[in-house]
Amino acid sequence: MLSREVSDVSAKPRVATASLCGCFGCHTSLLDIDERILQLVDLVDFDRSPLTDIKTVGDCDLGLIEGGVANTENLEVLRAFRRHCRTLVAVGACAVNGGVPAMRNALALRECLEESYVRGVGVYHPGIPRDPEIPLLLDRVHPIHEVVKVDYVLPGCPPSADTLWTFLTAWLSGQPIAFPYTQIHYD
Amino acid sequence: MSTTLSLDGRPIPFTPGQTIMDAALAAGIYIPHLCHNPDYAPHGSCRVCMVGVGGRLVSACTTAALDGMTVESNTETIQSTRRSIVQMLFVEGNHVCPACERSGSCQLQAVAYYVGMLSPHFPQFFPQRPVDASHPDFMIDFNRCILCELCVRASRDHDHKRVFAVSGRGLASHLVIDSPSGLLGDSHFAASDRAAQVCPTGAILPKHRGYEQPIGQRLYDQAPISVVGDLRAQPGGE
Amino acid sequence: MGEPVDSKVQAFVARSLGLYGQAPEYLLQHLIAVQQQFGWVPPTAVDALAAALDVAHAQVRGAVAFYAFLHDQPRGDFDILFSDNITDRMLGNQRLVGLLAERLGLGLDAPRADGRVTIGLTSCTGMCDQGPALLVNGQAVTALTAARVDRIADLVEEGVPLERWPGAFFRVEDNIRRRGLLLSNPATDGASLRRLLDGGADAALAELERSGLRGRGGAGFTTALKWRFCREAEGGDRTVPRFVVCNADEGEPGTFKDRVLLTSYTDLVFEGMTLCAGVIGARLGFLYLRGEYRYLVPHLESVLARRRAEGLLGKDILGQQGFDFDIAIHLGAGAYICGEESALIESLEGKRGVTRKRPPFPVISGYQDRPTVVNNVETFLAAARVVQWGGYWLRGEGTDQSAGSKILSVSGDCARPGIYEYPFGTPVHRVLTDCGAEEVQAVQVSGAAGTTLAPAEFDRLLAFEDLPTAGSFMIFDRSRDLLDLVRNFAAFFAHESCGFCTPCRVGTALLRNLVEKVAAGQASAHDLQELRDIGAVMRQTSYCGLGHTAPNHVLNTLDKFPAIYRRRLRSADYSPSFDLDAALASARALTGRDGVADHVEEEA
Ligand SMILES: Cc1cc2nc3c(=O)[nH]c(=O)nc-3n(C[C@H](O)[C@H](O)[C@H](O)COP(=O)(O)O)c2cc1C
Ligand code: SF4
Ligand code: SF4
Ligand code: SF4
Ligand code: FES
Repeated sequence: MLSREVSDVSAKPRVATASLCGCFGCHTSLLDIDERILQLVDLVDFDRSPLTDIKTVGDCDLGLIEGGVANTENLEVLRAFRRHCRTLVAVGACAVNGGVPAMRNALALRECLEESYVRGVGVYHPGIPRDPEIPLLLDRVHPIHEVVKVDYVLPGCPPSADTLWTFLTAWLSGQPIAFPYTQIHYD
Repeated sequence: MSTTLSLDGRPIPFTPGQTIMDAALAAGIYIPHLCHNPDYAPHGSCRVCMVGVGGRLVSACTTAALDGMTVESNTETIQSTRRSIVQMLFVEGNHVCPACERSGSCQLQAVAYYVGMLSPHFPQFFPQRPVDASHPDFMIDFNRCILCELCVRASRDHDHKRVFAVSGRGLASHLVIDSPSGLLGDSHFAASDRAAQVCPTGAILPKHRGYEQPIGQRLYDQAPISVVGDLRAQPGGE
Repeated sequence: MGEPVDSKVQAFVARSLGLYGQAPEYLLQHLIAVQQQFGWVPPTAVDALAAALDVAHAQVRGAVAFYAFLHDQPRGDFDILFSDNITDRMLGNQRLVGLLAERLGLGLDAPRADGRVTIGLTSCTGMCDQGPALLVNGQAVTALTAARVDRIADLVEEGVPLERWPGAFFRVEDNIRRRGLLLSNPATDGASLRRLLDGGADAALAELERSGLRGRGGAGFTTALKWRFCREAEGGDRTVPRFVVCNADEGEPGTFKDRVLLTSYTDLVFEGMTLCAGVIGARLGFLYLRGEYRYLVPHLESVLARRRAEGLLGKDILGQQGFDFDIAIHLGAGAYICGEESALIESLEGKRGVTRKRPPFPVISGYQDRPTVVNNVETFLAAARVVQWGGYWLRGEGTDQSAGSKILSVSGDCARPGIYEYPFGTPVHRVLTDCGAEEVQAVQVSGAAGTTLAPAEFDRLLAFEDLPTAGSFMIFDRSRDLLDLVRNFAAFFAHESCGFCTPCRVGTALLRNLVEKVAAGQASAHDLQELRDIGAVMRQTSYCGLGHTAPNHVLNTLDKFPAIYRRRLRSADYSPSFDLDAALASARALTGRDGVADHVEEEA
């Protein structure tokens, strides 16, 4: 079972989070821990995260990834997290198995893009965008464990605030991670 | 003469002719299963009910109970093997639980919880499978079919209709509908069929109903399948 | 072949129904006939057969989709399937496939625009000692060379019907290199049947028991016991029909000895079946012949006809009133699993060849749920001789637990591939010496499902107690990359899994994909552990022998030849399950972008 390995015992563990191809629901769930967030802020330092606005991930003890891998940017961020985080956690259905975005996998990429940018309702200037600034799409949306090694998995769409809290407190205290029945669900 | 086997150390009486699964069900002990339903002939295809007998794994639903038999079920090794099998079922189809009407009362999902599955582990196959919404009352989402053949058996053995069959082979095996067009709407399937009630997943679903039970009150929301039992064990079934 | 006119299809089906009858058991035979005639099974034929045989449309379609030689889309007028066993590959079949495809201007598995031809691959066709081989419209062509393939391209382009292709193309050699107890004498005149009539069934069974004969199809069940169980099934009630089935599916890659027995020892095989019928009280028997061997049908039918004329088959055999027995030939249609006896019985009944639940075993509940003996070709032959010459004749050779001899199909890297018969207990190295194998790196004993042996094990013995074998013996010298063997077998099992149970249906596909990942240089140490873990689950939890044995080659080679995997591994301990850069190819094509940022580098 995974236990916390912190580089510098005196420092607070650093935690980074990112949302790849997800809906920010898992992050919202994290905020749903309500007043416990104050405890959390006392216990950890946040590195890159939508909660901090730090844009690049530094060396961290824990990385939480929401969302699957759908484009080149997702790939880059995920790999950077894997390089910098001692423990990487797949948070939520999309990170775990692709989730709802992976429902596009039933279609070829051309169909998806044409539906959105060519034939779709309300499209004014039909044409698949080619701007090099836009991350390229992968032909399918993949769960993150198909790209990098994942150390722990928190299923749910999203995992409930309690599930996240159970995980975080166990991880912080170095206890084995165990959930009550109602905290593990895939939806 | 009474016959008894030992299941995880507990003596379980049974009548000769019963399988290990029959004996366990009768004694109220849960052995996970997906293709088994006591109303139909044992099938033995999902392999989720594997138990240890004499150092080997056998499927509880097809193995005859024997007097004095020692059966292991709830060990970490066996659970881990079952977990791999359930994970295989998840990756071979497309299971997007958040978008599935059956979620929360799905037997496949509940078995996955029971065996401690947190992720599907293996690479997803992401197969391309259709949804058949041609029938006025029911739809079939083949993305969620695990080939347990319960609908096949119910339609054949109970409804006497043969609406369902399995076609193809290997990973390309798939459920088909017996009608000239291959569509459910053109078959003899009726909402009152037993086959409409037996699916352990969200593959066969009634139409005109959506997410009726609120989250938290669904069949497996509060207690595991080992306590709650199968869908069919519920009053009035589905 | 274009769209056949409905009325033509209906007329053909009607003729087929006239020929085989309307029993649902004959569904598969009708489908095979339709496929042969039209190059596919058109929907009209599905409708006509479902109606005439009173089976569900879905069952008919399900069968078509199950058997590799049946198609619901048209194939070409010439449907060419290259045998794709590892031995064919070692003999260069891939180059020949490429050559023919180039000459004819088409890819794999899709008919050419003019409908003239299709090219595909198929599992081992049982010609490993004279490969590379192919099937054209079901007929076996052997000893392929570039010149032969070139000529085939001409014949196809000119539209020359098969009957006018050079006869030499279709020549199949016996290549018997070493004769022992069984092969030394093909002749028979019904001697074992006379012994049976003189001594009675119990005496015949006693002889079989004394001989210690065990099944030659792989599992090694004691033959006398099997026959006795069947005879005594249903409380021995003689009014209950019983059946004899000869398993001539010979689907295990690398085995071809049953083909030779059916070619040159035909009478003995049929005699063994007749003997069994006499012992168990069967009136009908089936020879389940793999589709790949359909070229043998005329020969087999002529031997059957002759035996009927000689009073060795049919009514009142050898003048014994009430000793009635006849044999029907049923064809398979490209499914390895149909060699498994209960799947075979399903297939005999016209269904998809899916393994049945056992128990009950076929001896209790087999064909049409009646007591049925299923034996391998070689077993029937040996049984006939045992009853003719006595149990000690067999017992005198072999080992304690493995009486008699075993016929091996030897192929791969050796000077003299072919058929070798040895007493049980012969060490592997003896076979290697006899067949002229040098610099041997590995031997695959008992086919893809069998054991991969490293040189340190070449003193192991071919016998049930050490190396049980159905006879396949494939040799790999040091020039070979054994990962090619693994890739070939992994693809074979993924193709041949019947799909009934989860661990084999999904596990064979997972293994194949992981092995391909290794071959592509994209795997990491983690993937090797995955191979082991999946293999262990398949071994322990699969429903039938196919799934139990399908991971053997992977697990064996991981243990004995780890270098074939290791030298291709990435240094990272984990690597993506798919090719990241390739996954961007369609987006690059759709957007016309191809800059540095539009590619992903693999991480070290
Ligand atoms: C996947 C699989 C394929 C098999 N293929 C064959 C075969 O091609 N020929 C054969 O004789 N037995 C085959 N067998 C073994 C048969 O199930 C059965 O044991 C055998 O035909 C019994 O005959 P015997 O007792 O004479 O060996 C196969 C078994 C399995 C599990
Ligand atoms: S069928 Fe069950 S496991 Fe599959 S998506 Fe629906 S709820 Fe999830
Ligand atoms: S549709 Fe449901 S009941 Fe039928 S085989 Fe699939 S999973 Fe089983
Ligand atoms: S192991 Fe299972 S899937 Fe494989 S061939 Fe046997 S029954 Fe079919
Ligand atoms: S429940 Fe026993 S194999 Fe499916």
